[in-house]
Amino acid sequence: MNASSSESSAETTDPLSRELVQSVVDTARALFGAAASSVFLLDRERHELVFEAVSGQGENHLVGRRFPAESGIAGWVAMSGEPMIVDDLTGSTAFDRDFAESTAYVPDALMAAPLTHGDLVLGVLEVLDPAPQSRSDLGELDLLALFARQAAVALRVVVDRRHQSAGSRSRADDRAAALRMAEDLRRLLEASQ
Amino acid sequence: MDPVRRAPQPGLVWSLRGRGPQDIAVTADGERPDAVRDWEDARGHGVRVCVVDSGVEGDHPLVGRVDGSWTVEEHEGGISVRETEPGDSCGHGTACAGIIRRTAPECELYSVQVLGSGFAGTGDVLLAGLRWAVRQGFDVINLSLSTTRARFAEELRALADEAYFRRTVIVASAHNTQVESFPWRFASVVSVGSHMEDDPDLHLYNPQPPVEFFAPGQNVQVAWLGGRTIRTTGNSFATPYVTGLCARILSRHPRLTPFQLKNALYLSAANVRIGTRGAS
Repeated sequence: MNASSSESSAETTDPLSRELVQSVVDTARALFGAAASSVFLLDRERHELVFEAVSGQGENHLVGRRFPAESGIAGWVAMSGEPMIVDDLTGSTAFDRDFAESTAYVPDALMAAPLTHGDLVLGVLEVLDPAPQSRSDLGELDLLALFARQAAVALRVVVDRRHQSAGSRSRADDRAAALRMAEDLRRLLEASQ
Repeated sequence: MDPVRRAPQPGLVWSLRGRGPQDIAVTADGERPDAVRDWEDARGHGVRVCVVDSGVEGDHPLVGRVDGSWTVEEHEGGISVRETEPGDSCGHGTACAGIIRRTAPECELYSVQVLGSGFAGTGDVLLAGLRWAVRQGFDVINLSLSTTRARFAEELRALADEAYFRRTVIVASAHNTQVESFPWRFASVVSVGSHMEDDPDLHLYNPQPPVEFFAPGQNVQVAWLGGRTIRTTGNSFATPYVTGLCARILSRHPRLTPFQLKNALYLSAANVRIGTRGAS
């Protein structure tokens, strides 16, 4: 499986949202002493996970890339709603190695937690190659889940603002269409007189 | 949509964080100590164990033979279960199966895949897969999954009761975070969380339920995709250890009911001291 790049919702994110979600991945990376951290948005219609923000490895080219949401560890986390920590991935085909290689970075360890709103999974927070002491401890799993709550709020804000923005554009489009229709009707009436 | 209900946070519920067996010592009444662990050398022979999860990879060195595989599919006409080749969409089910095989090497292993076939109605798929497994009459079902969706709770509760009376033991993971999820919260299943001890063969009884047992779930080496292994952490991997124990006990005592089986787990837990009624 390879990541595909297409016009993504991430590319239409407003500056404030972009800064908010970037601060989440920057903080996650620092919190766990990791090589990289990402937030994925779950696109339910296309059954895909989309890189919404990246800190560290891949920061410059991964945002907006998509991959099928039904495989790999991030996919399992999105489906199950459970956090997960895995280590010793180097010798493994775990978590979809093809995809990892397509992003030009193959981690040895990975932490992932669902980003939820109520009982709905909005996305996934992933931390790649955390510091060795963060890789196996139940306490780290707790910390990851705790931080994921904050990350989920940030992602929810981003999604809400995007919907509001889309709604505003839609309302402007509706107004323009109504004006055009009114103009057409006026012309029709004038022509019929 | 109802928000996930966050449960109150007593000191000890979901898993054994920052405490050890000595902190939860329990004195039990009346059983003969020499009868408690007569299944220790049992290997699960003939016991049918089903892993309801992301599937199980066939012929993994740490899993061995998978005796049957099914997948649950959602389609326009509803949800159906069909037989399939062994395979795993993620690795999680294979990890669980490997732990069961290590604990009960001679059990029969079956797989029902409920994750990996799409997101829509995941709770429905879980319910359908679990119901199907219960009605096949498996002896033990490993469910290292749960749903936070309250609308499934009553159906899951009824199904857990049905399993209990059919003598199918559901061994279910507690959620890794303190949210309400199901079916591990029900008394009719055997619920499992993680302890933080290094002993890979240690299980503990929790005197402060709802989660009833703790097993090794921290930094566990598990089977994964492609015949490989990884190390991982979480209640998901504590649960199949207890499933394996159930298989071993049942291979020695095949007529045990679920409540007798749970009692055997209780009496054999490392933190439960067997006393004699009235003697102390």
